[in-house]
Amino acid sequence: MDTSAAASLAVSEDVRQEAIRVGDLHKSFGSLEVLKGVSLTAKKGDVVAIIGGSGSGKSTMLRCINFLETPSSGTIVIGGEEVLMRADGSPADKRQIERIRTGLAMVFQQFNLWTHRTLLENVIEVPVHVLKIPKSQAIERARVLLKRVGLGDKAETFPAYLSGGQQQRAAIARALAVDPKVMLFDEPTSALDPELVGEVLTVIRDLAAEGRTMLLVTHEMKFAREVASHVVYLYQGRIEEQGPPAEVFGNPKSDRLKQFLSSVA
Amino acid sequence: MTGQERTGIKDLFQPHRIVLMLLFTALVIWCALSLRWDWIPKYAPLAAQGLWTTVWILVVSTTLGFLLAVPLGLAQAVGPWYLSAPARAFCTVIRGTPLLLQIWLLYYGLGSLFPQFPWIRSSELWPYLRQAWPYAVLALTFSYAGYEGEVMRGAFSGVAKGQLEAAKSFGMPRFTMFRRIWLPQAVRNVLPTLGGETILQLKATPLVATITVVEIYAVSSRVRSDTFIVYEPLLLLAVFYMAIAGLITLAFRRFETRVGP
Repeated sequence: MDTSAAASLAVSEDVRQEAIRVGDLHKSFGSLEVLKGVSLTAKKGDVVAIIGGSGSGKSTMLRCINFLETPSSGTIVIGGEEVLMRADGSPADKRQIERIRTGLAMVFQQFNLWTHRTLLENVIEVPVHVLKIPKSQAIERARVLLKRVGLGDKAETFPAYLSGGQQQRAAIARALAVDPKVMLFDEPTSALDPELVGEVLTVIRDLAAEGRTMLLVTHEMKFAREVASHVVYLYQGRIEEQGPPAEVFGNPKSDRLKQFLSSVA
Repeated sequence: MTGQERTGIKDLFQPHRIVLMLLFTALVIWCALSLRWDWIPKYAPLAAQGLWTTVWILVVSTTLGFLLAVPLGLAQAVGPWYLSAPARAFCTVIRGTPLLLQIWLLYYGLGSLFPQFPWIRSSELWPYLRQAWPYAVLALTFSYAGYEGEVMRGAFSGVAKGQLEAAKSFGMPRFTMFRRIWLPQAVRNVLPTLGGETILQLKATPLVATITVVEIYAVSSRVRSDTFIVYEPLLLLAVFYMAIAGLITLAFRRFETRVGP
């Protein structure tokens, strides 16, 4: 009793709820093993930046978390609920995975807004047709969200008529509409023209400031250093180094990370 | 619609247009005055009936055919082999054989097979099965389904993977994703094709006259054989078909603008 009390005291500096825990995640495509046992925990309000070279497995890891890719093995716990997996890593309960996915809004590199719907329709699609929120209520909230990402006047526009930066901001509004527990950003600015990157990063920075839990795969090192609470450096499917941004960027220990940072600087 | 596509009133009064319009008016007046149209009053009721038959056969066969084409396309695009193989076989056979042959096989084949079974003859469907139109509708439906099944296969595979991944990533159940994202995008991408195919289907309907269905073409044949007037009924027939084709084009164009870019 005493010892457990002591233990809980020892960690009392961080009593925030656990949002996401990934344990010993493996993923192979055929004979190519992309993830070789990755473990990661994010608490509520954490902003975890995942960096690494191309082919390091960072996007695959993010996609395994919401089962867009089927992990080969490992455990994934979202908000205290472990995702039930079969022996081959595929989700065992379709309902569970759908419910969990709804709490994990993803923002894609290619935006992936639904091209046959206007921005407003994009934002209300999941609330109305998955969460079954009354349409009028969803529309009201969607307008607030679109306004928040600076697209209040584009609600009735189709994505094809917008710039990449505008589309990505709309995609972020769409993700916010489900009130996600964790937001997954998969290289959100990599497909953007350089002059459009800033407007998207500004939106993400705001979200970080309001305490949203986020996993952010990114190539924007300056941005990662600024907004992340924790930085993970992946190298060839393993976590090579991790820690607070000041340490990872300011005082990298592994040679590979040093090399990586100097190559992207 | 952009401004360039619209024809302003001014454009109508360009010199070459005025000449063309005068020529056309002259042609119409000449047709009206020097050709024989005295048979029209006598055959008008029959023609109206025939026109109606053409239209409803077209609407029913394209609607049912499209409803069949969706699963046919889906099975071929993403189905397991035991669904995709029969779907592909169906489309190949339908597309590989003449529609006239299909109509005759159904009408003379099934149509002469059914009466041999007493339970069919005594069933409530028999009053319909002894008529020609069910076989006509069935053959045209299969034909449209065969061609559009192939079109929809391409349409379903053509929807960008990211569109479906986005739906999946938000926990959208599979059927909702199909209904809300996949099918609308697939259909939108092939709307112009479907419009063209519907016009082809319209022009395939005269074939059912060969199995005694009295649609508009059959009426014009009747006029010809009754009165020995050849050109006038055919001219009028051409006008009818063009009018229906025009309506189909308009309908699809409106639909296209409504579903966005």
